Amino acid sequence: MLRYLLRRVLYAVPVLLGVSLATFILFYGIFPPEQIARRNLSAKNPTSQQIQEWLVAHDYNHPLPQQFKKHMTELMLLRFGRSDSTGEEIWTRIKTGAGPSTIIAGLVFTASLATRLFFALWSAYFRATYVDTWITLVSVFLMSVVYIVLVIAGQYLMGKVLRLFPLAGYQSGWTAFRFAVLPVIIGVISGLGGGTRLFRTFMLEEMNQDYVRTARAKGVPESRILFVHVLKNAAIPIITSTVLAIPALMLGSLVLESFFGIPGLGSYTVDAINAQDFAVVRAMVFLGTLLYIAGAILTDVCYALADPRIRLE
Amino acid sequence: MLDWLSNLFPVLVVVVGFWSVRRALRQPLWAEAWRRLKANRLALIALSVIGVYALVGFCDSIAWRNDKNANSLSLIDRAFSRPAEPTYSAPLANKTFGEPTPRALQGRHLLGTDGTGQDVVYLTLKGCRTALIIGGFTLLIATPLALLLGMLAGYFGKRVDDAVQYTYTVLDSIPNILLLIAMLLVLGRGLPQLCVALGITSWVGLCRLARGETLKHREREYVRAARALGISHGRILMHHILPNLLPIIVISVTLGFSGLVLSEAILSYLQLGVAAGTGSWGNMIDASRLELARDPVIWWNLAAASAALFILVLAFNLFGDALRDAIDPRLNS
Repeated sequence: MLRYLLRRVLYAVPVLLGVSLATFILFYGIFPPEQIARRNLSAKNPTSQQIQEWLVAHDYNHPLPQQFKKHMTELMLLRFGRSDSTGEEIWTRIKTGAGPSTIIAGLVFTASLATRLFFALWSAYFRATYVDTWITLVSVFLMSVVYIVLVIAGQYLMGKVLRLFPLAGYQSGWTAFRFAVLPVIIGVISGLGGGTRLFRTFMLEEMNQDYVRTARAKGVPESRILFVHVLKNAAIPIITSTVLAIPALMLGSLVLESFFGIPGLGSYTVDAINAQDFAVVRAMVFLGTLLYIAGAILTDVCYALADPRIRLE
Repeated sequence: MLDWLSNLFPVLVVVVGFWSVRRALRQPLWAEAWRRLKANRLALIALSVIGVYALVGFCDSIAWRNDKNANSLSLIDRAFSRPAEPTYSAPLANKTFGEPTPRALQGRHLLGTDGTGQDVVYLTLKGCRTALIIGGFTLLIATPLALLLGMLAGYFGKRVDDAVQYTYTVLDSIPNILLLIAMLLVLGRGLPQLCVALGITSWVGLCRLARGETLKHREREYVRAARALGISHGRILMHHILPNLLPIIVISVTLGFSGLVLSEAILSYLQLGVAAGTGSWGNMIDASRLELARDPVIWWNLAAASAALFILVLAFNLFGDALRDAIDPRLNS
């Protein structure tokens, strides 16, 4: 197991090298630092001297090969440097932003998993009845709603009309949950349609297996077949689909955090987009990739935990 | 002269589209799929809804100018050529909205007007073309690229396979939204940039699918027989393997279309969508964020844009599902 993990981590290295190469091509090749300087300088038509000063101040004044070496080593060592627009150390913002982001994303993740499983099991239990038809239909409808509209309408309905939760904002400590409820509910609803439909197909695929027929022949009640036998066997595809949900969680934190004014990594990234802060965006792309790869490795470990037939070697 | 050329393009797209569908329907596989599809009433409704959107988008693409210095106006622009109102007005109202002394309007508007006095029905119709271009052109960029690389990787294996797999593993390990943000920040706002960026993020899934399917087909007997007869690799790929991949590619492209249209709205929210002047549902939704905070609420902008988007995406989702069931009934669980 340990050797397997080590190998997986080593496999990630060439991929990470490729990712930092891709960001180099984007941020230095296609869009040279002079352009970054132009977009960041407040003057409408900056003189070449102003641009040079900005480049020196932000450490962009090297020839391309040297810049390449610097870019690659710094990303690999996770030294993200300073923000282009505010000059702030990027790591300090990552440290303060990680807390709120983890709370929101973690809650959305667990609540999503639970609700999807609930509706999928419900739908599978009443398969080929009107309950199943309705759940499937509502799922397709939910899949077709734009995320942003859900966020805007949800805030309006639950925050402004019903006054159930604070409209936006954040506080650290236990009061954080009061502010987290509304974004989490919206985050869960946004993924509910697609997730339920997917989980339902996993369940129904298992329902056609031989062991289900055997269990029925033995007289095991239908509810026990579904909630014990099928649920256990459907765990593998469900675990696979949760790693695919990581990018969706990141999208969620971008939109939800910036919309509800939660000072996490998502709203940090959105602020960086609006401020044309290339250094922060570069750092966030790399950090996001790291998290995603780590999630994929974790998934493999979960396979082995969920299914004793799988051994990681 | 230029008018003439720019109008030729949408006509060409429609003609080529019709021609390829007609040609496909002559083949037994597709004719059978169409027969099954025709029996599904929901699929036909979805298809006709898509057809209506396509018609609006087509009408908006046919444009010409009245004299040399004027902007060129499309059929949709000409149909709504009334002068703009001063500011917001509610649906079917005869006075402006939210002003201390409401002014009389020049005409009635079915869905009211927005902050600059533009008719909301007109703005919503303008969004059709943008959405269809984003979905269509992105797939036009992504599908050939994915098919080419995926089939080469699956068929030749070894070095080619390693190179293609490495490329898409790297691209795939960057979460889509972050890659889109990075690319659009560099490329700037605009419709072509959006299509290119979305194309780069969306070819990976298709490529993986094409590679896997080619890998399966490579070992089939018909391919071996073709090899034994001395048919060249290129011909085997184009004439033997490609037709076998098409059904599964068509299904995943249809189902992928709605995701592309939806991502335009999210990118508009992040200020990375199409330029502000181009009519798009994403921009309308983004602009209406602050309107809900006003009292009394201005809801018609948000409602019109999200309803238009919802219906198109729903139609594509339903049609995609029906198409999948029609092409491969075994997949229907």
